[in-house]
Amino acid sequence: MEDKVIYAMYDDDDILKEGAKSLVAQGVHITDVYSPMPIHGIDPIIGVQHTRLGIAAFLYGLTGTMLAAIGIRYFMIIDWPMNIGGKPSFSLIENIPAFIPIFFEFTVLCAAHGMAITYLLRNKTLPGMPPRNPDPRTTDDMFVIEISASDNSKHTLKEIAKMVKKTGVIEMEEKVIK
Amino acid sequence: MHKEADIRKPLILGDKTYRQITDDIIRPIESKAHRTWYILIITAAILALWGVGCILYLLGTGIGTWGLNKTVEWAWDITNFVWWVGIGHAGTLISAVLLLFRQKWRFAINRAAEAMTIFAVMMAGLFPLIHMGRLWCGYWVFPLPNQFGSMWVNFNSPLLWDVFAISTYFSVSLVFWYIGLIPDFATIRDRVTKPLAKRVYRVLSFGWTGNAKAWNRFELVSLVLAGLATPLVFSVHSIVSFDFATSVIPGWHTTIFPPYFVSGAVFSGFAMVQTLMLILRKAYKLEEYLHVKHIEYMNIVIIVTGSIVGVAYITELFVSWYSGVEYESYAFLNRATGPYWWSYWSMMTCNVISPQLFWFKKLRTSLIFSFFMSIIINIGMWFERFVIIVTSIHRDYVPSSWSYFHPTWVDIGVYTGTIGIFFVLYLLFSRYFPVLPIAELKTILKSSGKNYKENYGHGKDYWDSHAGH
Repeated sequence: MEDKVIYAMYDDDDILKEGAKSLVAQGVHITDVYSPMPIHGIDPIIGVQHTRLGIAAFLYGLTGTMLAAIGIRYFMIIDWPMNIGGKPSFSLIENIPAFIPIFFEFTVLCAAHGMAITYLLRNKTLPGMPPRNPDPRTTDDMFVIEISASDNSKHTLKEIAKMVKKTGVIEMEEKVIK
Repeated sequence: MHKEADIRKPLILGDKTYRQITDDIIRPIESKAHRTWYILIITAAILALWGVGCILYLLGTGIGTWGLNKTVEWAWDITNFVWWVGIGHAGTLISAVLLLFRQKWRFAINRAAEAMTIFAVMMAGLFPLIHMGRLWCGYWVFPLPNQFGSMWVNFNSPLLWDVFAISTYFSVSLVFWYIGLIPDFATIRDRVTKPLAKRVYRVLSFGWTGNAKAWNRFELVSLVLAGLATPLVFSVHSIVSFDFATSVIPGWHTTIFPPYFVSGAVFSGFAMVQTLMLILRKAYKLEEYLHVKHIEYMNIVIIVTGSIVGVAYITELFVSWYSGVEYESYAFLNRATGPYWWSYWSMMTCNVISPQLFWFKKLRTSLIFSFFMSIIINIGMWFERFVIIVTSIHRDYVPSSWSYFHPTWVDIGVYTGTIGIFFVLYLLFSRYFPVLPIAELKTILKSSGKNYKENYGHGKDYWDSHAGH
């Protein structure tokens, strides 16, 4: 699908934030913001929802604990109970203190890796993916606002460009994305 | 804009802009390596090759080539293992615990410390593997279905807990480190001009875009990983200490071991960070990002953890007497006055007495003294593990089996070899990877950069005349 996009470039994060605020106040929908570092406070302005990766991590962790419990119960209680110094070996509950360290380690292992993999997939960052930032300078010292025509039915791109020019922008570019 | 208290010394000195931060940190990657770097890496590589040779000889001939005997059946192998794991504690501590406490000074050291952690844990992991004697059976430590009559590994054993702890720690630290590196690799990708470098960094940067949602996720993932890694750091060395604490050997089975090992690990880890960073900042001209204040903060952590270690040593001595168990009392008396008195007193001097010198502000803000001390602490912490392991077992219950440990050239070769391998990896890291977190430094520039701080509050140099009161 063909779409027209405006890239407005700023050299300061605070100026960009002010600019974004005024654009949003005028009813412009900002598609995305590209920056060399996290800009604190930009998310509520442009309407980026808080990520749910934390919940995902919790669920992965819970899965880890369950897997550890199921595995250890099978290895140590059901399949081959070992008599070690007469310690209880026929019940998971009675033997659980000795299993806590691995429950914990496995929980952390699953939570951390599960979350990291989900993070990479959701960001579409995987080995060998092509860079998709609009300008190579956005990973150095430039900050870019992306406004696409399809997201903005209220204004034409010309009107938006006029508004953007008033926000302390240093470079502006219109592109056609396929 | 977030502002910081006036009396806090700026974390980034000089007149920096975002562009300059990128320039300063990428400079060593873009420019040709200095001759010293080649000399260092060749020296380290020779040492590493020697170590690999010793390991191959050890595997080919057997554990008998070590100086172990019937009484001292664990010595340098486990000493080196615990020493390396200890060193590997600072990195994740700096990135995880200091992140949770919102300590912004960690940005000057976290990347390099995390790299140090990963390489140190690799070296640590080597020792349990080669001390099995049969490396090719190393996978037996995992609970895999097998044809030996459904034998499973023993989940009650601290040695198995160690397997899980160390492998979890290693892989989680690696993930934590790499997730932080991705945006910085993207910065390098968008700058380098050489085609090969461009292609390599393009692969390494995973196509990072730096859009708002990605940064939103990045910050949460860092925070959650820090939250997961914090108890992990503490659990790993606690579990390493269980290898000893759950045994019945006098001198080993003490309940104080877990906290004592953890603080010892942080202590030695910070010392190693000091050793490496003091050189790195000079070599790469990063003095404005990692200045005396950072060194002082690290030295304060060293005093705190060193004092905890000191208290633990003294508590151990007291409890051995107070317990009224004669074997226990003898184990400790023998440590201090027996044939290994020299290692005990080296440990006491290096770990308990010398870090207390950091109470003097002059000393803890002196770079040369900090460097000297960091080496002393590294030596002291190696002796700590040696003292715990060897002096506790060299005198058995039966005096006829009393013995003394003499390291062979293979013992020494394997140990020095791991130092060589470690430095090869570290030097490669410092040459091709961003040694400071570029993106994260940019987030603190406006609140803690000198040029920005001068423009708010009391203004220029207020911190110098008021800090330290």
